[in-house]
Amino acid sequence: MSNAATTAPAPAAPPPVEKIRIKVDGRDVEVPKLLPNWQGKLEPTTMLQAIQIAGGEVPHYCYHPKLPVAGNCRMCLVEFGTPMIGPDRKPVLNEDGSPKIAKSVLPYEPSTPRGAIACATPISPGMELYPNSPATKQMREAVLESLLINHPLDCPICDQAGECKLQEYSVQHGQATSRFVEAKVHKPKAVDLGPRIVLDDERCVLCTRCIRFSKDIAGDDALGIVNRGSYNTIAAWKEGAFDNNYTLNTVDLCPVGALTSKDFRFKMRVWFLKETKSVCTSCGTGCNITVGSREGAIHRYEPRENDAVNGPWMCDAGRLNYKWVAREDRLKDVLIRGAKAGWNTALKEISAKLAAAPQGSVALIASARQTTEELFLLGKLARKLGALTDSVPRLGEGDRLLVNVDKNPNMNGAWLTGVAAVPAAGGRLGLIAEAIRSGQVRTLIVFGEDVTKCGIGTDLLAKLETLIVSDILPSATTATATYLLPGCAHAEKRGTFVNAKGRVQKFMKAVEPKGDARAEWEFLHELVHNVTGQNGFSTIEGLFNQMAAEVPAFSGLEWAKLGDTGVTVQI
Amino acid sequence: MPEQHKLILKHADSPGYTPDIECYVRHGGYEALKKALGTAPRELPDGKKLSAQEVVREDVKASGLRGRGGAGFSAGLKWSFVDRRSGKPIYLICNADESEPGTFKDRQIIHKDPHQLVEGMIISCWANDVKLAYIYIRGEMPHGARLLEKALAEARAKNFLGKNILGTGYDLEIYVHRGAGAYICGEETGLIESLEGKRAYPRIKPPYFPAVLGLYMCPTIVNNVETLCHVKHIVTMGPAEYAKLGTPNNTGTRIVSLSGDVQKPGYFEIEVGKVTLGQLIFDANFGGGLKPGRSLKAIIPGGSSSKVLKAGEVFKLNRKGADGQMTKVDVPLLDLPYDFDSLQGAGTMSGSGAIIVMDDSRSMVDTLANLSEFYAHESCGQCTPCREGSLWMAKGLHRLAHGDGRKQDVEYLSHIAQNIQGRTICAFGEAAAWPVLSFVKKFKDEFVARGEADEAAKSAGPSRELKLAASPNPH
Repeated sequence: MSNAATTAPAPAAPPPVEKIRIKVDGRDVEVPKLLPNWQGKLEPTTMLQAIQIAGGEVPHYCYHPKLPVAGNCRMCLVEFGTPMIGPDRKPVLNEDGSPKIAKSVLPYEPSTPRGAIACATPISPGMELYPNSPATKQMREAVLESLLINHPLDCPICDQAGECKLQEYSVQHGQATSRFVEAKVHKPKAVDLGPRIVLDDERCVLCTRCIRFSKDIAGDDALGIVNRGSYNTIAAWKEGAFDNNYTLNTVDLCPVGALTSKDFRFKMRVWFLKETKSVCTSCGTGCNITVGSREGAIHRYEPRENDAVNGPWMCDAGRLNYKWVAREDRLKDVLIRGAKAGWNTALKEISAKLAAAPQGSVALIASARQTTEELFLLGKLARKLGALTDSVPRLGEGDRLLVNVDKNPNMNGAWLTGVAAVPAAGGRLGLIAEAIRSGQVRTLIVFGEDVTKCGIGTDLLAKLETLIVSDILPSATTATATYLLPGCAHAEKRGTFVNAKGRVQKFMKAVEPKGDARAEWEFLHELVHNVTGQNGFSTIEGLFNQMAAEVPAFSGLEWAKLGDTGVTVQI
Repeated sequence: MPEQHKLILKHADSPGYTPDIECYVRHGGYEALKKALGTAPRELPDGKKLSAQEVVREDVKASGLRGRGGAGFSAGLKWSFVDRRSGKPIYLICNADESEPGTFKDRQIIHKDPHQLVEGMIISCWANDVKLAYIYIRGEMPHGARLLEKALAEARAKNFLGKNILGTGYDLEIYVHRGAGAYICGEETGLIESLEGKRAYPRIKPPYFPAVLGLYMCPTIVNNVETLCHVKHIVTMGPAEYAKLGTPNNTGTRIVSLSGDVQKPGYFEIEVGKVTLGQLIFDANFGGGLKPGRSLKAIIPGGSSSKVLKAGEVFKLNRKGADGQMTKVDVPLLDLPYDFDSLQGAGTMSGSGAIIVMDDSRSMVDTLANLSEFYAHESCGQCTPCREGSLWMAKGLHRLAHGDGRKQDVEYLSHIAQNIQGRTICAFGEAAAWPVLSFVKKFKDEFVARGEADEAAKSAGPSRELKLAASPNPH
């Protein structure tokens, strides 16, 4: 188990928050004077934040809470007023003693209200904001009209349809007719921006979210604007050059259908997708994701915001790492010595063999890609059998943003449940190999790993009396299994992973398993019951809560309290 | 009869006057710099002590100098906004991106008397503790850029610039930066972005006020060429003497660029407010009148983005009477004194000092179509209302100017313009909207008549051939 404490010490009591009193649509509201900006740094609270606190909404395109403010779309223009100050520098009062408010007007046309962009304008004491006034509505309507005059209005064939801010705001704030009678501006279509992104410049509203994300978050200044005025066009510095590991985030960020994912475009109308909260399994970061599926097929992963883990982003590699779930060669059948069998027969035989196995004659190699609950059950089994255990390390390259060097999604789970060797996973694999060679170990249990790739070759496997394997995809190890138990992809079951920083995160089931495959924790629960005689829980909630009671690191946790974004434990 | 008062252009057009430093020094050049550097600290009646630099800054404020670039904002006040406590370097930028249509004054200074600008800049930099300054010159003026480079080299050689200027221990470097030719680079925050090597997208204010977060996020002063030249004369004359030029609140002289339908277009330096629009157009010392047989139709008084004035208009202006009381006085168009406040009172602005005169041979529809095409082409496209609205107006006007107009185009155009003004990141929105708003309002009949004629012709039969030329800014 790693002793590196990554959780911060308990923070001191927060200092009292200084508040400002303002009015939003006539209602008194108290808001903090300072709030975090896109980098989490405290800055004067903006009108937009204040209106959100007041329970209102300000439509916007270019503003994004995690990107530097641009202020270019003008959709968030809001009419406002400030308390009048007399020549004596004292507030001017109405007859009833309330402060007189000077509404912001055009300096050269005092009869015309003037808005401020809510995304970038700080509030001040006594300020009045009118996010629903006729003037504010007129300003929004005008911006929408401008955004639509040159837009191709090709919603029926647009991938963004159904999750498009241009559509949504047109419904909420737009007008039904257009006055535009001129010829539209035409811009490049289906531009190959990079290996994973296609751009339709005609649909683009030039909010520059993609540019700011690439430059300021991904650190790849690959995008910019060419041409001028109404002919402004987003472009990569060279066609096809938009190629970093985070490009697909721009598809999420794009409020319209300009940036589309080559992987997802034209495959599925978004309103048919079932959304399931899940966690990415491609590395130890454990980015929170939403799985978009329909009729048992996964169509996309999208990042799900979790500021403790991934913010609103995820890497392209992780996002596109879903196709294996639907692979044709997925293991679908229970096999005993290569012959198709039923779960009952297999589990009965395995239980009998394990129950009869002498102490120390069984070894167990688990995978840090399994759920914590499964690892917990395997650990119980191993202790009963006096089995040597370990898991397989999976190290690779990381980056400064999200990608972790550990490619196992649940390495900490494997450590905390005592299954993986410490301090380095894989440290006992040599011992296990030796014990098989010496004949001490006669039975090997392998979950989710191809052990022939980590020092236990087919020659060693041939020496075993019994090889019990559970996996999802075929390998040299599954090919030689005495008992082969088809398991589930994470998207086909529920469970938790503990990420590299000790965040315990649960994920939900999006699609049904293939063939006879069963969630590992389900059949492991049966196996543990049969072998140890201990009763367990047959629900994931109960199992998790039992684990929390038995594993010190999870002490006090409950499945229900994990919420959607998880809980950090000491690792 | 009013005459020019040549302060800035005192020598520029004299026979034999050359832009080199020897000629400039022969004519008293760099004496103001020496005087400024030798300024004595001043103790105020309240006991507050002003450093030599603060004295010059106060003098500029006291002179009443207003920016000659377009907005007419007090130069001294602008300097006073500079954040001097940030610990960051303070930059000064000379805005030589003169590109407002109708304006050709700064280039006279740059081409004929570049050292006057350099001297004004050095004084301004010294007064503001600036160690590094830039001259941002528009890309279309390559010769001016070469002359400025040469002038800077000459000043460096004579130790008016560089390390330890004239033995005072003050170091200053000035670089010339050439723009690539875009009107928006004249907007000060767009200029700063461009100078930083980025696309000239104006910055949002708040928070990016140049005086606090300007060039490289440091406090920055951006002044027009002519404004910086005036600083030299304020130092030479003293603020009180300088303020006697012009009229109260509109002090000094300014160079007026007069173009359009006059006999004698050109540039004239006048005391601000001492000459009327009518005199500028009709007097022999200035425009010399309209072309024979023509009558005045309209005046664009302060560069193409200012609101147009119609011949025969009478304005109600505030005037201080002999008793000191403000009263409203009727002032006919041609009697408008050419200064900042009178033109503002007339609902327009003196802007960059560029007067464009139009006589009765001009079609307002065609003129506005031309102007709008300019603004559609020069909109940087950063923010929605201006990006989409400027081309929308240009397309509508192009249609109207080429035989495909409609009666309702007047309302159509003014609605578009109203949805731009006051809603954009920078003042370009107003620059694009104001000509449209003022033209269609003041010459409504002409616009409606065009639309009606087109509609009538269309309903008369389908055989009519539209005179549609290529649409504005084809890409």
